[in-house]
Amino acid sequence: MASLPPNFQQLKQEQLKPFLHDQIIVPDELQANVLITTVDKIYNWSRRSSMWPLLFGLACCAIEMIATAASRYDLARFGMEVMRPSPRQSDLMIVSGTVTKKMAPAIVRIYNQMAEPRYVLSMGACATGGGPFKEGYNVVSGIDKYIPVDVYVPGCPPMPEALIYGLLKMHEKVDRQSVTSVPWYRKDSSAFVPVPRLGPDIFDPRQVELIKDTTLKATTGASATAANGPAADAEGRARGPKTLSDKAKARMEEAKKRWRAKKGVPA
Amino acid sequence: MSQATAVAEPPVVDIRFEQELADAIVGAWAEDTQKAYMIAPDKILAVLRHLRDVEGYDFLSNLTCVDYKGYGGKLRNDVSERLEVVYRLYSTRIGGGPISLHVRVPQDETVPSATAVFPGANLQEREVYDLFGVKFDGHPNLRRILLWDGFNGHPMRKDWQEAYYEEDVKPFRSRHPKGEYAFHEDKLPWAKNTTYPTGWDPDSWQQPVAYVPVSQAPHHENEPHLDTESIVVNLGPHHPSTHGVFRMLTRVEGETILALEPEMGYLHRNHEKIGERNTWLMNMPFTDRLDYLNSMSNNWSYALAVEKLAGIEVPERAEYLRVIMAEFGRIVNHAWSIGFILNDLGALQTPALYAIEEREMILDLFEAVSGARLMCNYMRFGGVVRDLPAGWHEQATYLANDRLPRALDELDRLLTENEILKARGRGVGYLSVEDLISLSVSGPMIRAGGLAYDIRKAEPYGIYDRFDFDIPTLPNSDIYDRYYIRLLEARESVRILQQALRDIPEGEILGGKGGYTLRAPEGEVYSRLEAPKGELGFYLVSDGKTTPWRYHVRSPSYINLNALGPMSVGYKIADAIVILGAIDIVLGEVDR
Repeated sequence: MASLPPNFQQLKQEQLKPFLHDQIIVPDELQANVLITTVDKIYNWSRRSSMWPLLFGLACCAIEMIATAASRYDLARFGMEVMRPSPRQSDLMIVSGTVTKKMAPAIVRIYNQMAEPRYVLSMGACATGGGPFKEGYNVVSGIDKYIPVDVYVPGCPPMPEALIYGLLKMHEKVDRQSVTSVPWYRKDSSAFVPVPRLGPDIFDPRQVELIKDTTLKATTGASATAANGPAADAEGRARGPKTLSDKAKARMEEAKKRWRAKKGVPA
Repeated sequence: MSQATAVAEPPVVDIRFEQELADAIVGAWAEDTQKAYMIAPDKILAVLRHLRDVEGYDFLSNLTCVDYKGYGGKLRNDVSERLEVVYRLYSTRIGGGPISLHVRVPQDETVPSATAVFPGANLQEREVYDLFGVKFDGHPNLRRILLWDGFNGHPMRKDWQEAYYEEDVKPFRSRHPKGEYAFHEDKLPWAKNTTYPTGWDPDSWQQPVAYVPVSQAPHHENEPHLDTESIVVNLGPHHPSTHGVFRMLTRVEGETILALEPEMGYLHRNHEKIGERNTWLMNMPFTDRLDYLNSMSNNWSYALAVEKLAGIEVPERAEYLRVIMAEFGRIVNHAWSIGFILNDLGALQTPALYAIEEREMILDLFEAVSGARLMCNYMRFGGVVRDLPAGWHEQATYLANDRLPRALDELDRLLTENEILKARGRGVGYLSVEDLISLSVSGPMIRAGGLAYDIRKAEPYGIYDRFDFDIPTLPNSDIYDRYYIRLLEARESVRILQQALRDIPEGEILGGKGGYTLRAPEGEVYSRLEAPKGELGFYLVSDGKTTPWRYHVRSPSYINLNALGPMSVGYKIADAIVILGAIDIVLGEVDR
C-alpha cells in the first residue's frame, strides 16, 4: 500500500460518485472497494460488453462483416471480436446476406441451438426483406418470416460504419432490458422455433393448415372462400387468393392518403 | 468496330471439319454474331471428340440451355423444339475465339452427356438438368444441384412462374401506381414467397432420401492397411472454413478422403431468372453481386457481352478506366485470397489482416469513383458512368507505384519461404494440368500447373494488347503454387496499372447512344474475360426486345469446383479445406 498516492481515497470516491446512491450508506472502510449499482445495470453491462457474434456469413454482407472485424474498423473496441463458429458459444447472430429457401432450415436450426439470451441482427436489404432478389424462386423475403429479429441494418451491403451503428443500437436495446422481465427466465417462453421443411417449396410447419386449406380444397372444386376466387390458376398451380388482407388494405389507404397530401390531390 | 472495342474474330474453322462431319451438322443458329453449328443430338459426342482430338479444342468452356417457348424474334419461326443445349469450346493451345455448337433437344428431353469426352461438363449438365429438366444420358451423377431434391418443376423454363410473379418484364406496372402499393405477399395466404402444387398434402410429405457419396479412391485391397469402416462426414453449409454457405459431403476412412461431393445452392438467388425479367441495363447492378469481391470485372464482362451484341463503341479513356478498375480489383481479390488460404492453413487472421489493410486502400478508391465499396455498378454499355474525382489519379498512382509493390513484397517476404506453408502446401492437391483443362478449370489454377493461358493474351479484349505484362506460370500444380501464382499475378497487375495510369488520355467516358432502354438486335453472344478467379463469361440471347431472352453467367468459381473432388481424394480432410481455399471460390458466383 505504500505506493498509493496520499489522496487515493479522495480520487476513488470522486470516480465512484456517479454510481453512488443517496440513500445507500456504505461504511467508511468499504468506500474504496465497493461499487453499488443495480442488478440490471451490471447484468446488462457485462452482457453487452462481451457480445460474441456467431461466425456466420451468408453472402456479400459477410464480406463487409469481415471488414468490420478487420484492421480498419476493429470490432474489438466493442468487445465483439471473438466470432464463435459454434452457436452454443455465441450471443448474437448476424444474418449477413440473402437467405435462400435451401438455407433457411439450417439458419433456424442454428438459431435454436444458440443459448439464451440470444439476439439476431439482420444485416442488409436481403436479410431484411429479400432485397434485390426478392422475387427469386429460391429467396426468402426476409429472415423475420422465420425467426425474430432485434435490429435491422439497411444497405446493400451496409458499410462497416452502418453495421457498427446497428451493433450499438443492439447494445442500447440490451441496456434497456431488465432481469425481472426478460423472457428467458420465465417458465413458459423458451420454445424452439419450428424448423421449416423443404417440400415442393419451403413450408413452415406453423402454416400447414393454411397451406392445406388452399392446395387441397382446390382439388375438390370448392374454392377456398367465395371472395378469393379459384385457388389454382390455369396451369393448375395454387396461386392463393387474389384479394388483399385487411391489414394490407388499410396500409394501402394510408399510402394513398400520403400520396394525395404530397401531390395536393383532393380525396 | 473501332480499334478500341476490337475483339478477336472467331477462328476460320478448318474446312476439313465441315466436310468430315457433314452428316452431323444440320444447320446453323440463324445469322449469328459468332458462327454456331447446329448438331444432330446423336452425333454430338462424335463431334466433341473430333474437335478435342483432331482440331485441338480441348477446353469446354460453357455448356448451357435455352428455352425458346414463346420466343418473340423472327429467326426461329420454323423450329418446333423448344429447348436447345449450347456448347462453347476453346483451344488452350492456339488461343483465339470459340467454336459454338447447338443441339436441339428432342421430344424425350434427353441428350447424350458430354462428360464422356469432357469431364468438366459434370456440374454444368447438372445445372441444366436442375433448371431446365433436360436429362443427360450417361451422366455419372445426374441429381439436382442448385435446388433440393423434391423441388416442384424446373424454374428456368419460360412457363414456370415464381410465387411473386407479376409480369414478364420489369419495371412492373403494378408497382406504385398513384400512391397505391401492395406487397405481393399480402395476396398469398401464407404471406411468403412460396407456391405449392394443387392437391399437395404437407402432412404426408416425405423428404427424399439424402444422397451419400460412394468411394472414388482406387481400391487398395492389396496394400497393407488398417481394416476400418469408412464414414460420411458433412462439412457445411454453416462451417467456418467453407468460405460461405457451401457444403462438402465427404466419405472418409480415418482421416483420408475417399470421396468428396460439393453440394451447393445455399446461395442460389436466381440471378438468371431475375435477369430475364430485367431490362438490359437493370442487370448491371446484379452482376456486382455475383463475385462480390471484385464487382468491376463482373460489370466489365457483362458490358463487353452487350457491347458485342449491340455493336457499341467504347471511347479511349473509358477503356483505360476499365483496365485500371479491373486490375485494382484483381489485386483486391488476390490479396484477399492469399490471406484466406493462409487462414485455412491455420495462420488465423494475421496474414488476412495484412491483406485487408491494402484492400481497404483500394476500396477507398472504388468508393470515391463509384460511391460504393463493394457493389460499384461502375460500368455502362459503351463506357463507364463517372469520371475520376479530383485527387483520384494521384492517390492511385501512389498506390500503384509505391505502396502496393511494397505491400506485395512484404507479403512475399513473410509468407513465401515460410516453413509451414511449404510443408502443408507442397505436393498437396495435385492434379495435372491436362486433367484440370479437361475439367474446364480456368484462371490461376491452370497457370499454377504450368500452362500460360490467360484470356488477356489468348483472346485480348479491351486494350490489353497495348500493355507490357507477362503471364506468370509455376510448374507444380499444388497448393503452394496456387498461393504463389496469385502473388505473382498481383505483381503483373501492378505493372499494368503503372502503364495505364501513365498513359490514360483525356476525353469522353461514355460512348454509344446512352439512354435508359437498350434494344439489342436479335442474336446470341458469348463473351468472356479473365476475371481474377478464371474465365468469366456471359451468354446472352436477345429476341430484339428490351430484356434479354436468355441471360447466363459462366462463372469460374462454379466450374472450377469440378476439380474439388478429384483434387481432394487421397488427401487428409484438413487438406481438403485448403484445397477448397486455393480454388478461391465466392459463393455468390458459385450459386448465382
